[in-house]
Amino acid sequence: MKHIRELDPRNRIDHMAYLPDMEVIDSDVMEQVLAAQQAYTPEAFSTADVREALAAGTRTPRHFAALLSPAADPMLEEMARLATAETQRWFGNAVTLFTPLYISNYCENYCVYCGFNRHNRIHRAKLDPAGIDREMRAIAATGLQDILILTGESRSSSSVEYIGEACRLARKYFRAVGLEVYPLNTEEYAYLHQCGADYVTVFQETYDSDRYEQLHLAGHKRIFPYRVNAQERALRGGMRGVGFAALLGLSDFRKDALATGMHAWLLQKKYPHAEIAFSCPRLRPIINDDTINPKDVHERQLLQVILAYRLFMPFAGITISTRERAGFRDHVIGMAATKISAGVDVGIGGHSDESSDRGDGQFEISDGRSVPEVRAAVLARGLQPVMSDTIYV
Amino acid sequence: MEAVMECNDTLTLGGKTFSSRFILGSGKYSLDLIRAAVDRAGAQIVTLAVRRANPGGADDILDYIPKEVTLLPNTSGARNADEAVRIARLAREMGCGDFVKLEIMRDTRYLLPDNAETIRATERLSHEGFVVLPYMYPDLYVARDLVEAGAAAIMPLGAPIGSNRGLSTRDFIQILVNEIKLPIIVDAGIGRPSQACEAMEMGVAAVMANTGIATAGDVPLMAEAFGLAIRAGRAAYLARLGRVLSCGGEASDPLTGFVRS
Repeated sequence: MKHIRELDPRNRIDHMAYLPDMEVIDSDVMEQVLAAQQAYTPEAFSTADVREALAAGTRTPRHFAALLSPAADPMLEEMARLATAETQRWFGNAVTLFTPLYISNYCENYCVYCGFNRHNRIHRAKLDPAGIDREMRAIAATGLQDILILTGESRSSSSVEYIGEACRLARKYFRAVGLEVYPLNTEEYAYLHQCGADYVTVFQETYDSDRYEQLHLAGHKRIFPYRVNAQERALRGGMRGVGFAALLGLSDFRKDALATGMHAWLLQKKYPHAEIAFSCPRLRPIINDDTINPKDVHERQLLQVILAYRLFMPFAGITISTRERAGFRDHVIGMAATKISAGVDVGIGGHSDESSDRGDGQFEISDGRSVPEVRAAVLARGLQPVMSDTIYV
Repeated sequence: MEAVMECNDTLTLGGKTFSSRFILGSGKYSLDLIRAAVDRAGAQIVTLAVRRANPGGADDILDYIPKEVTLLPNTSGARNADEAVRIARLAREMGCGDFVKLEIMRDTRYLLPDNAETIRATERLSHEGFVVLPYMYPDLYVARDLVEAGAAAIMPLGAPIGSNRGLSTRDFIQILVNEIKLPIIVDAGIGRPSQACEAMEMGVAAVMANTGIATAGDVPLMAEAFGLAIRAGRAAYLARLGRVLSCGGEASDPLTGFVRS
């Protein structure tokens, strides 16, 4: 194995200090999120606290904390019933279908748990505009109208202009264009919004800054505050909606889920027009590293987190990850999740038969069903598959 | 009930006449719901979220709407007047006609309408020949401004969208009924047939409902219940509410009849 200098902490840069060209915004949201996370002691909540949270009409951050606590575990069934009612009240039977499109897996970061990390020996690939167009055409032919464009973090291989070109191409085929790319400055988000993107999702991975430092050893992603403030910059850049996620299992999942919810809650208070969404990933095995496995976040804990998000912010969209098995996903839609991916390929160039230069995937998926199969599963649950639930204006 | 129908009690909006005063909202769609609303509740107007339309594509809600009903496209997703105008134009290009239900919201938590932006958009869209039905928070001054701006009806909210809380704004809607000459259509919050009936008794011209039916255990039966309740409430309004119902005790003979002139 080659020598990796960042494994020695003395060779790492300060993860809390912004790098040149990283925009610093005037905001105290991160401080509030971290204060809430640090003050949270999941074991301090009692059954009575959870009962109060369940009975509340409008739920406060304290209620949310109770719902995420171990004391809520025995009341998972009750949470599920309430969450189902809230989901139906806000979203009816509608479940939106979408698919992610990975356009480049070049990455300059060194995140020890990620299959794209710069030291992981995978096959790298990047779609050129013709390749992107080909992939999008193939996806659109399945009937999907909502696409999420993803890249690894490499400003040299996948520049903002390159991502913008992908957005413009996407607007030819899709009603909704979302981005899950590296954090950008406000002006860059504004540029991508003009190119056709309306949604930005940034996975914070973990809000535990000490743990974050140990996991993100190099690259721009190492800079913790720049990543936390990405959603706020995206909203300032004119994006309609922003998505939040912690990769559950990297640190204390209850505290990370609390921070994720508080981050979304605080930003919605500050930007009331913002559409809020949660993703709920947990660690999955990656290529070349058998030690990375989901440990303490089993399905029961994952479901508790998802239900707590729903009960805390009933109007928020919730996306259920392809990392989970079909049986889990099919039950969570309608109960809490409002968006489900279909026909997923997490590699590069896997949607169209003509793609020759295929790159490896970021992680292993558990639900490889096609769009017609997922659509049929949604209908089988008595729900309504929706291809478009937004409008770009 | 039949007497209501016999006296040609109709609702006119934008030059179109409707015998039904039930409008199906668009928040929560399903094929069953639309069929039930049309067949069992007699809905002749169905709202359509333009953001959900997928013309020519899969699972397009336009495919589910019977051709004989009047489409009322809404501008949900608009955060200001400019966006609402663009969405209305898009609806017209899609062949949805000139009716538009104006919805402008800048808060994703409560989904309350922005009255000021709604007035601006109403003015612009009515100049472009749209039949504008603005969703608004019930405020008399705003309603008057909307009339001036060219609205075809006023659509005050009964309670927050999807809340099923009924007529939380009852007293303010009554003021609009009393003072505004345009049809007043209660939008949002109506969760039970009894609430729809109460609104109609107050003299509103029509009721829009969606969640109360969409989330019912038996959608067709609940649609029928709403249809009946709206007709009952309208009949009660036309019959003029009786003494007990309207203002408490009232002697059947005049109390001042003994006075000699």
